Amino acid sequence: MALKGNLRDVGLNQLLNLIYLAHKTGALTIQGDQGAGNARLYFKEGKLIQATLDGRGPRLTDVMVKVGKLTPDQAKAVQARSRVDTDKELGLLMIQSGILSQGDIIQGVKNYLLETVYQLFTWPSGAFRFDPNQLPPEERITVAVNLDHLIIEGSRRVQEWEQLQDILPDLDVPLRFAERSDANLRNINLSVEQWKVISFINARNTIRQIANFLKIDEFQIRRVVHGLQTAGLVDVMPAPTPPRSVPVPAAAATVGRGVLLRVIDRLRRL
Amino acid sequence: MQTVKMVVTGPFSSGKTSFIGSVSEIPVVRTERKISDETRSIKAQTTVAMDFGRITIDKDLALYLFGTPGQKRFDFMWEILSEGMLGFIVLVDSARPETFREARRILDTFRGYSNTPFVVAANKQDDEDAWPAEDLKIALGLDTDTRVLPCIATQKESVKSILLELLYVILEQATEELPPAPKQNRKET
Repeated sequence: MALKGNLRDVGLNQLLNLIYLAHKTGALTIQGDQGAGNARLYFKEGKLIQATLDGRGPRLTDVMVKVGKLTPDQAKAVQARSRVDTDKELGLLMIQSGILSQGDIIQGVKNYLLETVYQLFTWPSGAFRFDPNQLPPEERITVAVNLDHLIIEGSRRVQEWEQLQDILPDLDVPLRFAERSDANLRNINLSVEQWKVISFINARNTIRQIANFLKIDEFQIRRVVHGLQTAGLVDVMPAPTPPRSVPVPAAAATVGRGVLLRVIDRLRRL
Repeated sequence: MQTVKMVVTGPFSSGKTSFIGSVSEIPVVRTERKISDETRSIKAQTTVAMDFGRITIDKDLALYLFGTPGQKRFDFMWEILSEGMLGFIVLVDSARPETFREARRILDTFRGYSNTPFVVAANKQDDEDAWPAEDLKIALGLDTDTRVLPCIATQKESVKSILLELLYVILEQATEELPPAPKQNRKET
């Protein structure tokens, strides 16, 4: 039975925790929203063993270039000597030619896996599916990575996201230009995204509407608006807060053991 | 006649009305209205006040089942319904992970009302997209000792087993809370 859902509802950290605790084996496929791409993570007995972004995973030589263990020229030279172009053959060629040791290759693949998964923590949403017992293609080198450290780092990144949410909890409020006499508006450089957001500021447009129109996700719009706030350019218009009632604890019922046994007996015969 | 009460709660469209309907000996008293917002695509009518079902235990005792309204805007009803309950069941649609966070919020709210025993029912296990109960437990971030049970709310036997499991939890807690029995002088043989 495949587990399906959306990262919006079940976060990546929760998913990794589930895979880790349940020692699951299989493939987790995530379809990122708003052009974020596709990711496919493979797990064996609760450990990450392979990760790819956007379809087929890169060749081992490309991975080594990405993690800085190989120059592009060295990668080309190794690829030219390869006949079957599998990770295992490429790895052997690199070791035999003395460019990298086995340890370098394992560490490089591990770093690549970690960086790939870290990127996914910035995806606030995306449909996912976990297919049990699916393993990566045999020609790929797999390295088992413990998920506990990955989950801790993921938590740190999620915390950063949550801090931004605390700073800017409500996206259904409009922005206004700051009216501060002491604001120094000279020598301020804005990014393209910040300019785009600024061009939509008026009392009728909420932050969420601006984000939707510009196709910016919630994480990004919060970062952009926070940047503009920090620069003293914009203020968030406060939303009216409804009065909150103080909850009164409800009384729990207490019944005797005899009553409970009568109910149990009746239900069994129902 | 003495009555005991259990509450069936959970997110919108988690199957509360079906759950009560499967075991109630009277036609479930429902207060349903046509839905007029974006939730209409999921089902045509929803419970806006409560469901009410009944099981006669014997001539002196009856079990009442109350279903809470699932939509957030009626959550002011929850506390009223939870008054005097023996325990509660949190029903979760296992095939709709988008409701898991809401289920956790409802569970926390009910636990805040009183220290009442509860179980979580992982409903719609007959749906091919349903998450297994054990996975749901981890996804909801529940303690290992929280009982999360597979459920199909339209099947009487499945609902019975959930109610019985809740009663066992209530019985366990009641036993734990009993004052120590007075020491009796035992005759040595």
